Amino acid sequence: MLELIDVAKSFGGTQVLQPTTLRFERGKTTVLIGPSGCGKSTLLRIIIGLVEPDQGQVVFDGQKLTPANIMLMRRKIGYVIQDGGLFPHLSAIDNVGLLARHLGWSKLEVQKQAEKLAELTRLPHEALAKYPAQLSGGQRQRLGIMRALMLDPAVILLDEPMGALDPLVRYDLQEDLRKIFQSLGKTVVMVTHDMGEAGFFGDRVLLLGGGRIVQDGTLDELIAAPADDFVRRFISAQRLPGLNGKEVPA
Amino acid sequence: MSAATRSLALALLAGGIAAAQEAPLVRVGSKASIENEILGEMVTLLARHHGAKAQHRAALGGTQIVFQALSRGDIDVYPEYTGTLTAEILQDQSLRTDDELRAALASRGLAMTRPLGFNNTYALGLPEAAAERLGLESISDLAKAEHAGLRLGFSEEFMNRSDGWPGLKDAYRLPHRPKTLDHSLAYRGLAAGSIDVTDLYSTDSEIKYHKLRLLADDHGYFPEYHCVLLHRNDLAVRAPAVMAALVRLEGAIDNSAMSEMNTRRKIDHVGGRQVAADFLESRLKLDIELPREPNPLWAATRRHLLLVGISLAAAVLVAVPLGIWSYKWPKLGHGIMALVGIVQTLPSMAVLAVMLTFLPIGPAPAIVALFFYSLLPIVRSTLTGLKEIPNHLKESAIVLGLSPRARLWRVELPMASRSILSGIKTAAVINVGTATIGSLVGAGGYGDAILAGIRLIDIPLILQGAVPAAVLALVVQFGFDLLEPLIVPKGLRLAAGKG
Repeated sequence: MLELIDVAKSFGGTQVLQPTTLRFERGKTTVLIGPSGCGKSTLLRIIIGLVEPDQGQVVFDGQKLTPANIMLMRRKIGYVIQDGGLFPHLSAIDNVGLLARHLGWSKLEVQKQAEKLAELTRLPHEALAKYPAQLSGGQRQRLGIMRALMLDPAVILLDEPMGALDPLVRYDLQEDLRKIFQSLGKTVVMVTHDMGEAGFFGDRVLLLGGGRIVQDGTLDELIAAPADDFVRRFISAQRLPGLNGKEVPA
Repeated sequence: MSAATRSLALALLAGGIAAAQEAPLVRVGSKASIENEILGEMVTLLARHHGAKAQHRAALGGTQIVFQALSRGDIDVYPEYTGTLTAEILQDQSLRTDDELRAALASRGLAMTRPLGFNNTYALGLPEAAAERLGLESISDLAKAEHAGLRLGFSEEFMNRSDGWPGLKDAYRLPHRPKTLDHSLAYRGLAAGSIDVTDLYSTDSEIKYHKLRLLADDHGYFPEYHCVLLHRNDLAVRAPAVMAALVRLEGAIDNSAMSEMNTRRKIDHVGGRQVAADFLESRLKLDIELPREPNPLWAATRRHLLLVGISLAAAVLVAVPLGIWSYKWPKLGHGIMALVGIVQTLPSMAVLAVMLTFLPIGPAPAIVALFFYSLLPIVRSTLTGLKEIPNHLKESAIVLGLSPRARLWRVELPMASRSILSGIKTAAVINVGTATIGSLVGAGGYGDAILAGIRLIDIPLILQGAVPAAVLALVVQFGFDLLEPLIVPKGLRLAAGKG
């Protein structure tokens, strides 16, 4: 359903993404993890068309993404960034319903869908009438997710969605999000640099380094059998529950 | 149709024609000089007294502007001087007699009356005491070596006219390097001692007031400046009664009468209309009824708001799209910014002068000039406002799947609204000030009082224009502050308050 075929990208002579071929499974959550500059965000931005690859192609629903069809494709893909990416001049509900209204939904339809999603993301009902500046970070992120889910897309992309949240808020939101993704059966691709989060969400974890996929598997497989020294060091550097900074077995 | 109704219809028709003939429209102009304005008022009162609907577009500007207005038919008549006609307007020194002048004018569809009486020629003058001390009697005396150090200060017009300084310098072999200053300020310069000699008109009221000595034109250099009424040929046809009345002014105003009227106006601050009416009553034995003037402050305010409002609205309609294009196509944007930047540096007088070549005198050229001056602040603020939108929010709008048009209208412009509004506010406030120069081209507004005040050296009169202009600028500023909550979305204001 979502595929990358031989996609590569370099910026100013630096190869940020080596030629990569990748298939995201329907209904599964795939986590892209790796150190800063490993190419994980670039990969996500190529999928949504914010970055044009030097070579290769993205195929979604059997269709190749082109500049001509990218706008319509984006409407079938939800995209969530850090802090929600909400527009400050619009109220919460107007943020959530912006695209739907543009596509001709009535106010009432938007209201009903927003209330449903507020329920799902456990956003207080009264927050819908407020402006982003009046909301907490967690509430803004829930709204960002609601906006991504508004048109019920098959695919959700998340770029470090919890990056700006404090640990308690993050913990609650992680719980809620996993439930939502599972209950809705969405195909999810999430970028994070947090191993714990990767393990919590990921049916499949892709560890990137130096612009290529170094290891592809479940978190357990990564820990049990690191593909190389880089994977071992990356895992060791994370304070995983139960691991407590101990060396990962070779 | 019965005979009775037919004759009634004929009577009505005849009456209608008669009414149309009775009240022809006579548009009088005058140059921006006290004397010319008084004469303009006099012609206007006279025309009105003889049944015409008369308008006076007073103090339109310099000779070229007013003559152009007459040539194009913006006005029907204005007072002019024969010397100016020869040297500046027709630029033909071979026109020696009034008849030769008339022939030259006729080819342009214009005509002139016989001289009104006084000769307002150029002269050089200096304070009597200084003249005595230096032993200066004539212009030839100025050429003497011991007077080479005297500081000459001349009006812009005198400096540039062929019958002014350039010719005078050659005729008398004068070694001086004069500086240019406004005619009205020259008297202050003389009094303060910052200049020694200036150019004068021989009917100027200040000659007596400042006790000045006029240097004799011993080489007979200055041409004669007999005042005539220059008018369009068709005036005599359209308004014969008015034309006949104007002829009564021929030879009626001698030098002392004109000088006295100038003095009343400039030194005693009597209104130009009053001065003109008094003269008509005493000299022509006419019973002049002065029309009640509408509140001049209110009229000026309305006109000023019109100038600012129309020019600003047009500028918003043009500059905001220009700002958007500059944002979308940065290369084009550099060009646009350079262009509106250049427009901003053009001197307002030059812009007005250019506008006058294809727009009639009145508000239009001023509005166009103000429009041009409003572009830069609005284009720049639009561009800045759009550029300053955080990148992740621009991307949020893109990945959402909004069309470029929807992104512009629903995200980018609302987010830039505060910046755009501040640019419009800046343009509006600047416009209120700049609009005062509009009165140079007959646009009206507060500038009329300011310019008249400068000519009359009448500080209270200057303030009558300057103070309302300043107040209006504050009101405009305050008005925009009140407008901001209506235009800038609430969420943005909340976000700014937080930040």
